[in-house]
Amino acid sequence: MAKETPIKARTVDFSFYYGSKQALYNISIPMHQHRVTAFIGPSGCGKSTFLRSINRMNDLIDGTRHTGLMEVDGTDVYSPEVDVTTLRRRVGMVFQKSTPFPKSIYENITYGLSLTQNKPKSELDGIVESCLRRAALWDEVKDRLHHSALGLSGGQQQRLCIARAVSINPEILLMDEPCSALDPISTGKVEELITELKDAYTIVLVTHNMQQAARVSDYTGFFLMGRLIEFDRTRTIFTSPAQKETEDYITGRFG
Amino acid sequence: MNPFRATSRHVGEHVAEWSIRIVASFSIIVIFLIFIFVFREAMGLFAGPKEAAEAVTQVPADDLRPEVYNPDVMSLEERLAAEAAAAESQDVYNPDAVLAQEPAASNEQDVYNPDAVLAQEPAASNEQEVYNPEVELGTPAPTTSVATPETPAAELADRSLWDKLTGSVWQPVSEIPKYGMVPLFIGTAKTTIVAILIGAPLGILAALYTAFFASRRLRNIVKPAIELLAGFPSVVIGFFCLSIIATYLQDLLGTTFRLNALVGGIGLSITVIPLVYSIAEEALSSVPRSLREASLALGSTEWQTAYRVMLPAAAPGVFAAVLLGVGRAFGETMIALMATGNAPLASWSILEPARTFAATIGSEMGEVVWGSEHYGILFLIGSMLFVVSFGLNAITELYVKQRLIKRFQGK
Repeated sequence: MAKETPIKARTVDFSFYYGSKQALYNISIPMHQHRVTAFIGPSGCGKSTFLRSINRMNDLIDGTRHTGLMEVDGTDVYSPEVDVTTLRRRVGMVFQKSTPFPKSIYENITYGLSLTQNKPKSELDGIVESCLRRAALWDEVKDRLHHSALGLSGGQQQRLCIARAVSINPEILLMDEPCSALDPISTGKVEELITELKDAYTIVLVTHNMQQAARVSDYTGFFLMGRLIEFDRTRTIFTSPAQKETEDYITGRFG
Repeated sequence: MNPFRATSRHVGEHVAEWSIRIVASFSIIVIFLIFIFVFREAMGLFAGPKEAAEAVTQVPADDLRPEVYNPDVMSLEERLAAEAAAAESQDVYNPDAVLAQEPAASNEQDVYNPDAVLAQEPAASNEQEVYNPEVELGTPAPTTSVATPETPAAELADRSLWDKLTGSVWQPVSEIPKYGMVPLFIGTAKTTIVAILIGAPLGILAALYTAFFASRRLRNIVKPAIELLAGFPSVVIGFFCLSIIATYLQDLLGTTFRLNALVGGIGLSITVIPLVYSIAEEALSSVPRSLREASLALGSTEWQTAYRVMLPAAAPGVFAAVLLGVGRAFGETMIALMATGNAPLASWSILEPARTFAATIGSEMGEVVWGSEHYGILFLIGSMLFVVSFGLNAITELYVKQRLIKRFQGK
């Protein structure tokens, strides 16, 4: 991970407000292509808010506003000419809680594709298989593709959600604590997956688990009370942090 | 001292607990009692054909007879005495036979003639279904007025209750009462279908709108406003349809009948909409928010999310809403009474008047002879209404809720 890759997305002085309450203060972060950028920090520090600002999921909440710049591929995602559905197709998201639709496994994967185009079934079959393989789920579910996705275990459901997110071939994949509800074995599988997926996507990961950030990420940002305390290469953050708060947090003195 | 003794409780708590129990069981008992009493009144019909037949025989034969509403009684008797039997068979009060020989067009204008439609059917088929006393009597003209009513009574006694109820004419207060429920069934079915076809889509779309599209402020206005409609007295809605919608609709469509099943159906849909709306809205809002976010995060529009994810996820609840809407339209009395034209026609045309089961009870129960066959049949209709709406509610409660639970637990 020596070489710097181009910047895929970045924020400059980004602040975010829920009504009158300010949630983020002047955040400036670059997110590099084909790298995993992880955000750590205690609950309520604003890392999820930041993640959800990238694909404008915060638009769903009434009374939010922002200042500063949030760029993906050099375009401000909040500028009026950006179509939010197109943005979200290019910036996919995996949530903390697995959210399979109450449909079959097959339909869960094809849903995103069917929103914009009608592909022949033969082509869809291939896409479903490749997405499920990529999410390391194919061998477990290939015999019950047309069964309800809700019959899967929690870890399988989360991997299905990842397969669903990659089905529409996003360029950036946002992951909001994807392993917080999973057991260690499933977590291991998802982490492996993240490492594999970063060759194809730019991954932004929010996690409570510092070991996870250390294991899978290339860059780490530490959030505290809505402020970005420190942002650097993961190795630097975990070996020689510049700020005292960061050191206190990663050594477990608070948080 | 017992370390596990109950901590002291207030007497008030016990009183409250018991009164809640009593009130709850009382309301359940009341529901059963209503059904039992309604059905008991109808039981007279099944008690034995003899008994029922006597009731019918006596009413026309007694001194009471002139009081029975039948405008044709007097003219019939006069003609019976004056004319030959062959000519009479046309004049005897038997609307089917008479109308079958008259041009159908002249009847079209008569709103309250239930047989206008029958006139267009072959007369022969009606003759078999409806008893015509003159055919039985043959050539000799009856000289006494007593002879006429007794013969149909004896004949009626032979017919089974099922045959009577499946006839195609509802004329409970004619000299020869006819209790064919087919027109009532058709009337109920067509007004209910119209009401659901209008009410269910509007209710569901409104629910989708307030659940996913409307801003919070708009939602806070629209939701109570629609639900307020549910509290409207149905007589007000009925009057509104009778006086305003009926007029506009006739101007618009140029219908022959001002009051018809379409007007009635629109009126019923006004009561169906808030019911469907509030239950469907509840079902849609109870779909986990995360599903909506997941769908939107895949780049779907609000409409795609609502239509492809949220609506299917809430489908059992929405289905329940429609079923309850059917129950409401089926059992609604006042609007059906006021806005449908209230004529028991056996016609499927929605532009002709209709009479529903509920409206039949509403309009006839006040004048029925107590304990008569007619009375029993009205109560039979009542029990039927009860069973149907109970059934619809039971289906929604048991089946639909199960489905909903399964859907979110993935079994």
